[in-house]
Amino acid sequence: MVGLIDLVEKLTTPHPLDRYLELVRPTFTLRQMRAEITHVRRSAVGSVTLTLRPTRQWQGHVAGQYVQIGVVIDGVRHTRCYSPVNSDRRRDRHIELTVKAHPHGLVSNYLHENAIPGMVVDLAPAAGIFHLPEQRPDRIVLITGGSGITPALSMLRTLATEGYAGKVLFLHYNRSPEYVPHRTELEALALQHNNFRVEMLYPELGTDANFSYDELERLAPWFASAQTYLCGPPGLMKAVRTVYEAEQLADRLHSEEFVLTVAPGDPATAEGEITFSGSGKTIENTGASLLEQAEVAGLTPEYGCRMGICFTCTAVKRTGCTRNLRTGEVDADPDQPIQLCINAPVGDVDIAI
Amino acid sequence: MAMLTETPAGPVVLSREQIEEIGAALDEIRARVTDDLGERDREYIYSIIKAQRGFEIAGRGLMYLGFLPPFWLAGVAALSVSKILDNMEIGHNVMHGQYDWMREPGLNSRVFEWDTVCPSDQWRHSHNYMHHTYTNIHGMDRDIGYGILRVDEAQPWNPLRLGNPVYAFFLMLAFEWGVMGHDLEVENIVQGKRKWLDVKALLKGQIRKAGRQVLKDYVVFPALTGPLFLSTLAGNFTANIVRNLWTFSIIFCGHFPSGVQTFSEEDCAEETQGEWYVRQMLGSANIDGSRLFHIMSGNLSHQIEHHLFPDLPANRYPEIAPEVKALCEKHGLPYNTGSFSQQIGSVWAKLFKLALPPVLAGKPQPAGVIVVRRGQDSEVGV
Ligand code: FES
Repeated sequence: MVGLIDLVEKLTTPHPLDRYLELVRPTFTLRQMRAEITHVRRSAVGSVTLTLRPTRQWQGHVAGQYVQIGVVIDGVRHTRCYSPVNSDRRRDRHIELTVKAHPHGLVSNYLHENAIPGMVVDLAPAAGIFHLPEQRPDRIVLITGGSGITPALSMLRTLATEGYAGKVLFLHYNRSPEYVPHRTELEALALQHNNFRVEMLYPELGTDANFSYDELERLAPWFASAQTYLCGPPGLMKAVRTVYEAEQLADRLHSEEFVLTVAPGDPATAEGEITFSGSGKTIENTGASLLEQAEVAGLTPEYGCRMGICFTCTAVKRTGCTRNLRTGEVDADPDQPIQLCINAPVGDVDIAI
Repeated sequence: MAMLTETPAGPVVLSREQIEEIGAALDEIRARVTDDLGERDREYIYSIIKAQRGFEIAGRGLMYLGFLPPFWLAGVAALSVSKILDNMEIGHNVMHGQYDWMREPGLNSRVFEWDTVCPSDQWRHSHNYMHHTYTNIHGMDRDIGYGILRVDEAQPWNPLRLGNPVYAFFLMLAFEWGVMGHDLEVENIVQGKRKWLDVKALLKGQIRKAGRQVLKDYVVFPALTGPLFLSTLAGNFTANIVRNLWTFSIIFCGHFPSGVQTFSEEDCAEETQGEWYVRQMLGSANIDGSRLFHIMSGNLSHQIEHHLFPDLPANRYPEIAPEVKALCEKHGLPYNTGSFSQQIGSVWAKLFKLALPPVLAGKPQPAGVIVVRRGQDSEVGV
């Protein structure tokens, strides 16, 4: 097959075959993976659950991993990472994503408002090391908060489909019951499997306490012998880590940060650090253009006009926020090509040079 | 030919304040367009891509009926249109970064390749950087004559220049190969200013890219039509030539008609943004035409707007052209435009005239615009 594609690409050179096929149908591509949204469900407040049918390149995910999807909003393609919430044993190769609409989240809001069956999105292969080991541990604790529930949901469903016989505690914190996606299903799972304990706590309602050692000890007295998977907002992450470190159980705690990309306060101030991850250099941000700062750091990035017209200096910004010195526009999207000569960092930035 | 700006009182003089005012006005136009970029521009470029792919497939398909002359001709026409669209409205503009904001991997300036023998990375260096940064500065912008032609009085005359129109004619026929060789700076190698070793990597890239193009047009596609091998080969060859004639003509109309000014390195040292804008306007020329004509020329018929804003999507140039023109009129600056026949006629007239030694060619034209830079008048050549 690959041989044949190569041959056909000799004919379509210099354009890859996909650039022809996608014009016929966006899901018709040979190399580039995409997915079509087949179902849209808005059950929990503020979130939307999408079922996606990926194109044939999809290799599946391991419960806990994330995928990157790309959608076009006002002409611009934006990409974001979400964890599939379905069991990784799902037979029909579909994936299910639950997206919480964050107040300033461009993509999450867009999907929450506009996703409809038939819409096609870009899809990147599943990635991430936050997942269950193939050799399942005897005891598992899943602690999540807010939209951090998604990878744990996939883990719990996977364990359910494979008839896992060990003990599981699924501990989830949220604002109130309506905000918990897949709540009824979680409760049903707990009823079907008496080795699963599902606990949903709502400290903000005043009915429950915040995470603490005592709480954990009450729900899963065996937690010290379990493997724990943690994903949630910074406050929860910190509280759990403190407990595990005090118990010297840090090596049994696996966590995934979920970072929201929000533009920092004042774009004009020069704060933070610039990391040039390609060359392993880190410097203090002085507020000058990234090209000038890279040169001061002793790097020699390619450049031409130094005035934003030739695009020679384009490099990939891995993370962080930058400000366009010509337009004043601020950009906080990860993994974006930017022009070094007319962009200055706002806060911490990682550039792949 | 008279300078468009020549007044009875002599050339137009642009003061510092005027230059800053022009700069601010142009910045504002730019900001307005960047703010407005969105779905419309996306739809535009994809509609052009769709059309180009359609013409390409039609052209290749018609070659199977190439034994019938009308079909052969239709095939050549379709393929020529495809190559012209690919090179101009798509390739040239995408590689200027005009659509980078869309964040579409297939339309990113750093990775895009086009259907011509010149590797895109080399073209981006000689064109996007050298030509667009140093537009019409002698000794910096190698597009002034491409190292072969005499297109400006400030280039010294020697007997070899007598062949000027002949060289131009051959460059026109083989234009894509000329574009490919541009970044090598062959004349600098001949003069010993550049070593062969420096260009080894460039040559390697050219052989790779050109090899693929040649293989596709002159071996694989002809072979696929079996007994029609020669007819398809001839068709593909003709389409490449048609594309060359067209791109050469449009591009030469952008900077070489009469009334376009050139500059010295000295003038342009420590240029302000406003001065840079003024140089771009004085150094470029437009062509009037219909919407279809503009699309087929990659909107390089709006060369002035393109040089002011090389990274704004080309479909925006017609929209902003009236404003740029009004700005020129306000300050008495030339807005060099004319019909295609006028502009191309003027280009060839110049190519012939500058073949002759200055004594026969007559006096060079006086400066049309004098730009006051850093408090000093700087004469700009014609
Ligand atoms: S160096 Fe030309 S765009 Fe940055």
